[in-house]
Amino acid sequence: MLDQPAWSIASQLPLSVTGLCFNAGDTVLIDRLDLEVSHQGVTVLMGPNGAGKSLLVRLLHGLIQPQSGSIMWNGKRCSPATRLHQAMVFQKPVLLRRSVAANIDFVLGLKGRATLARRDELLMQANLSDKASQPARALSGGEQQRLALARALASNPEVLFLDEPTASLDPSSTQAIETAIGAASERGVKVILVTHDAGQARRLATDVVFIHRGSVAEHCSADVFFQQPASAVARDYLAGKLVI
Amino acid sequence: MIMQDFAEAFRLAFGLVAAMDADLIEIIGLSLRVSLAAVFVAAVLGMPLGALLATVRFPGRGVAVIVINALMGLPPVVVGLLVYMALSNAGPLGFLQFLYTPAAMIVAQSILITPIVAALTRQVIEDMNFEYAEQFASLSVPWHTRIAALISDARYALATVLLAGFGRAIAEVGAVIIVGGNIAHLTRVMTTAIALETSKGDLALALALGIVLLVLALAVNAAVMSLRASAQSSAHA
Ligand SMILES: Nc1ncnc2c1ncn2[C@@H]1O[C@H](COP(=O)(O)OP(=O)(O)OP(=O)(O)O)[C@@H](O)[C@H]1O
Ligand SMILES: [Mg+2]
Repeated sequence: MLDQPAWSIASQLPLSVTGLCFNAGDTVLIDRLDLEVSHQGVTVLMGPNGAGKSLLVRLLHGLIQPQSGSIMWNGKRCSPATRLHQAMVFQKPVLLRRSVAANIDFVLGLKGRATLARRDELLMQANLSDKASQPARALSGGEQQRLALARALASNPEVLFLDEPTASLDPSSTQAIETAIGAASERGVKVILVTHDAGQARRLATDVVFIHRGSVAEHCSADVFFQQPASAVARDYLAGKLVI
Repeated sequence: MIMQDFAEAFRLAFGLVAAMDADLIEIIGLSLRVSLAAVFVAAVLGMPLGALLATVRFPGRGVAVIVINALMGLPPVVVGLLVYMALSNAGPLGFLQFLYTPAAMIVAQSILITPIVAALTRQVIEDMNFEYAEQFASLSVPWHTRIAALISDARYALATVLLAGFGRAIAEVGAVIIVGGNIAHLTRVMTTAIALETSKGDLALALALGIVLLVLALAVNAAVMSLRASAQSSAHA
């Protein structure tokens, strides 16, 4: 494995969020949210549609600015500098109008580490080696997700945000993505994963953050969350009841 | 009688085209050189300008976009008049001695099509930037790499932008007739020759040039369509 993330030396973690607020006009979308995330494992964000999960990961990644509150990565304010050590796969991945290989090369080139060996390794892990020269946008949905994940990993992030990376994928594509997530986590990459798939959360999560109406309803270890969630909203959500 | 003249003119016109008449070739050659040079100038000036307007926020940007869009509709005769005034002996650029040379025609056509290239480029790049912006921000892509990537990924659309500029330049008559003067063997291009030969009654040459101009217009459109097709087949659309 080339280029191990060096977070043991220059860790970005833990992440500490206090009093985070984000509103659009008069609508409060993130409401005085507090959160502590350690450098271990996979932190899963769950919660009903519109709860603010995608918004929260955008805020944590520094793509949008909160109205108030603070986001600290290992004591440093969230900024373009902290973003340099992070990567994100969006809920709707944006692939460049280029070949599959060129999408990877673009990110490797940004870091000045464009080598054929590294690109081939990433493509192989994504099981896309035989599609390397195809236009990225001609890939199937599952292949596009795998490419988006491979491209995110190309920047050797310390923190990897994944916003519903397996929504609408078939079981085998889902498994491929989960294997890649597990492998990244084992290499020491901190994964922050948004998912609606309780099975996936069970398989991957170290801890679960349940978001409801723009704040944290519950944050606990995965075992506790799935055995006896403390909050009524999380219990209802897991039981398949409508949570608004 | 008139119908006979008509048929005769067509016969002569095709004859000129088929024989690759020397005058005809010279006129076509100059037309292509002048318009391609203008497209080159418009590409060098208009594309970066359009890309800049599409990607960088600065005060006055909205006004600049409106002005550039408005300039797309510049009337050629007005451009011809202004360039004439600037290049005439009494004008501020008179010392260049460009008037009634191909250089003056290139200047006029460049002024006509640079806003077209800039405005269409801005639209193309802005649409793509809207889509790419958040991904680029996530990857911390530096601004010059962003612009280069946008231009590269929009290359098919941008090629059609240049073709649109070329189509406008090659078919334009008002500006080049004023600043070029339609001097035989020097500044006579297809459109000015058609205008002049028609009024002189030499319908054969005018028609021959008209046929070539039509074929060129068809070729430009065919090129645009094949660019679209190849863009779609490589999932660039
Ligand atoms: N930039 C914005 N401006 C205004 N409102 C926004 C903006 N971004 C998101 N919202 C609103 O914030 C709410 C939360 O959106 P978000 O995308 O974070 O939900 P989510 O938890 O990711 O839901 P889902 O599970 O459906 O993906 C939604 O009601 C959405 O309409
Ligand atoms: Mg979402």
